[in-house]
Amino acid sequence: MKEIEELKLPDDIRYTDDHEWAKITGDTVLVGVSDYAQDQMGDVVFVELPAIGDTFAKGDEFGTLESVKAVSELYMPMSGEVIAVNTALADSPELINQQPYATWIVEIKPSDPSEYGQLHDAASYLQLLKG
Amino acid sequence: MRYLPHTPEEIDAMLAAVGAASLDELFASVPADCRMTRAWDLPAPKTEWELNDHLRALAASMGVNEQTAVLVGAGSYHHHIPETIRVLAGRSEFLTAYTPYQPEMAQGTLQGIFEYQTLTARLLGVDVVNASMYDGASALAEALLMGLRIAKKKRRVAVARAIHPHYRAVVRAYLEPAGFEIVELDTLDSGRTDLGGLDALDDLAAVALQSPNFFGVIEDLDSAAAAIHQAGALFVACFTEPLAYGLYRNPGSCGADIVCGEGQSFGLPRSFGGPNLGMFGCKEPFTRNMPGRLVGETRDVEGRRGYVLTLATREQHIRREKATSNICSNQGICALTAAMYMASLGGTGIRQLARLNYDRSEYLKNLLIKAGARIVFAGPTFNEFVVEFAADFRPVRERLLAKNIVAGLELGTLYPDMAGRYLFCVTETIDRQTMDTIAAEVGA
Amino acid sequence: MSATSEPLGTGGLIFNEPLLWHKGRKGRTGMSIPAGDVPAAAIDDALLGEPVDFPDLSEIDVVRHYTRLSQWNFGVDSGMYPLGSCTMKYNPKTNERQAATPAIAAAHPMLADELCQGTLRLLFELQRSLAAITGLDAVSLQPAAGAHGELTGMLIFHAWHRHQGAQRRKILIPDTAHGTNPASAALCGYQAVAIKSDDRGMLDPALVAELMDEDTAGIMLTNPNTLGLFEERIREIAAIVHAKGGLVYGDGANMNAVLGVIDAKRCGIDVLHLNLHKTFSTPHGGGGPGAGPVCVTSELEPFLPVPRVVKEGGSFRLDSDRPLSVGRIHAFHGNFGILVRAYSYILTMGEAGLKQASRLAVLNANYIKEQLKDVLHLPYDRPCMHECVFSDLNQQAQKITTLDMAKRLIDYGYHPPTIYFPLVVHGALMIEPTETECKDDLDQFIATLRTIVREAEEQPDLLRQAPHRTKVRRLDEVQAARCPCLIGPSAG
Repeated sequence: MKEIEELKLPDDIRYTDDHEWAKITGDTVLVGVSDYAQDQMGDVVFVELPAIGDTFAKGDEFGTLESVKAVSELYMPMSGEVIAVNTALADSPELINQQPYATWIVEIKPSDPSEYGQLHDAASYLQLLKG
Repeated sequence: MRYLPHTPEEIDAMLAAVGAASLDELFASVPADCRMTRAWDLPAPKTEWELNDHLRALAASMGVNEQTAVLVGAGSYHHHIPETIRVLAGRSEFLTAYTPYQPEMAQGTLQGIFEYQTLTARLLGVDVVNASMYDGASALAEALLMGLRIAKKKRRVAVARAIHPHYRAVVRAYLEPAGFEIVELDTLDSGRTDLGGLDALDDLAAVALQSPNFFGVIEDLDSAAAAIHQAGALFVACFTEPLAYGLYRNPGSCGADIVCGEGQSFGLPRSFGGPNLGMFGCKEPFTRNMPGRLVGETRDVEGRRGYVLTLATREQHIRREKATSNICSNQGICALTAAMYMASLGGTGIRQLARLNYDRSEYLKNLLIKAGARIVFAGPTFNEFVVEFAADFRPVRERLLAKNIVAGLELGTLYPDMAGRYLFCVTETIDRQTMDTIAAEVGA
Repeated sequence: MSATSEPLGTGGLIFNEPLLWHKGRKGRTGMSIPAGDVPAAAIDDALLGEPVDFPDLSEIDVVRHYTRLSQWNFGVDSGMYPLGSCTMKYNPKTNERQAATPAIAAAHPMLADELCQGTLRLLFELQRSLAAITGLDAVSLQPAAGAHGELTGMLIFHAWHRHQGAQRRKILIPDTAHGTNPASAALCGYQAVAIKSDDRGMLDPALVAELMDEDTAGIMLTNPNTLGLFEERIREIAAIVHAKGGLVYGDGANMNAVLGVIDAKRCGIDVLHLNLHKTFSTPHGGGGPGAGPVCVTSELEPFLPVPRVVKEGGSFRLDSDRPLSVGRIHAFHGNFGILVRAYSYILTMGEAGLKQASRLAVLNANYIKEQLKDVLHLPYDRPCMHECVFSDLNQQAQKITTLDMAKRLIDYGYHPPTIYFPLVVHGALMIEPTETECKDDLDQFIATLRTIVREAEEQPDLLRQAPHRTKVRRLDEVQAARCPCLIGPSAG
């Protein structure tokens, strides 16, 4: 596993306590998991995705990541409606390990864009990881 | 005691190494008020030879034995078992191994179960088969729970009244505490299940039929699949006699989504009802909702073919309360035995054997009709059928028992409205002479 | 070379063998089928299936296939199998013979009671023995495995609370519990509430008191727990649960430690399951079948599954007239052939033998613990019961994990211990030698693990690449899960 110093934590996205990231693209938000999350999980073998049109409140479970011997729930960083899911993950769940920040899991239309501001920025997330 | 290898000297040396004065001192952490204080009153230990005598005496006290012609199936069938199977399944490398969690040391079990999954999937017409459930009854209960899981918010299932009564009892025990509702579907005069009322049932997650059903009748699975899917439910097809699919179309090819049942017919003795083999398969989209273990093919670091337990995140040791089932120990050696049996029969042999069961069963049917009995259900059957006799059958049955023949199962305790009717089973183990004897007594 | 320094594993005489359907020729047969002695009957063609796609093999094809496969396997008869929590003791051969007694193996499960007196008597006597051994009052032999017994226990909890007039929604389960505990409780609709064990690896009654309320059906606990430690305050915990109207479930997976030592009823346990495939020596069969009888107090007897075997006068009969029963949980009488084996084991061992088995199981575990604790980290350094739990903490500097040490043990001819369980110990290595291993064999195992610890320091790659000598080496489990191949391709 990586040391904390080895983790990539881009500045242009925000993070949750549960290691998801959120990225604003126009009026939608892309959601994925952080380098730390994928590293802890090890090889991702399956991603359980929600249906398009499902709505979630901030903090709701919207799917799971599975490795060979563990399951990790995915929680919504912001409230909103799922408008797209990354179908490439069905055949290539390893993208989450290979490119955690280029690999979004769901795209949502946020119902309260101000929630973005409540998420950790890179510095604050790094502090969280350092405990 | 021959199973305990320690000599007194070794015990002393080991106690010294752990710093205890006596074996009892090892239990110092057990409080006095938790201790066993009563004697158990068990019989004095038996030698191997005394044990042989004891079991022989128990066996002798049975009213029937291995020589008896038992024309009763009802979920437990007498088929010939080749000696090869007893020898191979008894190999201690298979028998005394644990669940194959360390695949490098368990490739025999793993390849064997992969082959079982494959042959069973071919037999049932499904895409995936798991490594076994406890028996046909618990497999059916788990199939209905799986249907409820897939349907998410729905709370109701329907099961045919022509499913084995014990299986329906197990379904009730599994489903009712969690608040699920079970509706029973009546049997038509043909012996097939009435699916006419399905449309009127809302909130329906799954519908279960057995084919051949408890009365031996082959259900119309194609029409059932259409009606069940029309009602927005999953089709669970269940069975107690998988040999039927050596002759008849299998449930998967008729549109069943989940196919499950009892595999005892394939190389396992009746053994008073266990150990049996819960066979469980489904169509591919539902794989991740399945209960139980799965073996998958993969490669080792040098590229060699090998097998591992896979998709384990469904299971209790990883997902705990969110697992697809609580099952851990399954019926591993029974599944391996069934694979050995299927391999011994082959595609040619299973058709031949199934055909023989059918022909002999039809032969007895015809003899009984000629002797004045009525075959209660008109629907097609495999090796079981329900008979109603013109006169009280009990004295005839007693006479046949004296000739070491158990002639059918009386249905009144299982279906009060069928009192006085008998369910007969004829497998390849029942020869023409035995059937002629039965017909002669009925006609006498 | 002395006997104790010679490794068991050699690589051996191992054959390759294809999959079944890559063997055979159409028209072969491996089984004799009686000749048709009756006329062929007409059949509706519309119902007729396609020919089943099984390979046609001769008898020797089948025999060689499975003999070769068996040689890729390791069982208790091959060598030491110190899997923690699994009790891989020797499986006596005579028990196989007894289960195969012709009239018993041929017994049909639905015949009239008067035709089945021998099998019913066996069930009755086994129930009575297990009641005496646990200290509880009544036993059902129907559950087919430990988890099935747990489910039965939870169904009993559920039925009992309903009978008391108020259903409850939660159940307390320690964080050291087997995964089957929460999964079994969930099947009954109970929400599992985890209890953290304390820094001694034990349950704290104060915490139980805090969590136990009148919406909690009871507690499921394992004693000895999965750290191999005896829960000393079990009576206090049971009293807390009972005071709030709850019941106490005992997971008897670790019963092999305490035969003749504890009385479950005196411990305050209301329902207990036993694993006959652990404590009572029946073989594991590469995954099953097991048997998980459930033992209860007399108060809960009316809730046991039906049918019950009862004795009236000198004969035995099945009784299904039990209105409070949870119903039926097996098609017939449970894994009867396994029950015959356990019955035979109890008759062979007798009271003194069974009690001595637990003493020696505990001696063996403590001996291993004492001989390895200077090289392997022992998170709870206390006298253990029948198993001891180490971790890979000492090997972290070399980045050697529990998995690496486990795989290296295979090269030396041992089945690895249970790894990564219980979850509360990071990198757990859980060793349960059982009583059937002698001191010489334990010494050899201990020496081997010490060698592996030394290898971890000197040649860590040897461990990371292990096993080296097996027919296949480490398998790609990631690929197996990403692109599942669960059945072979169809020939058609």
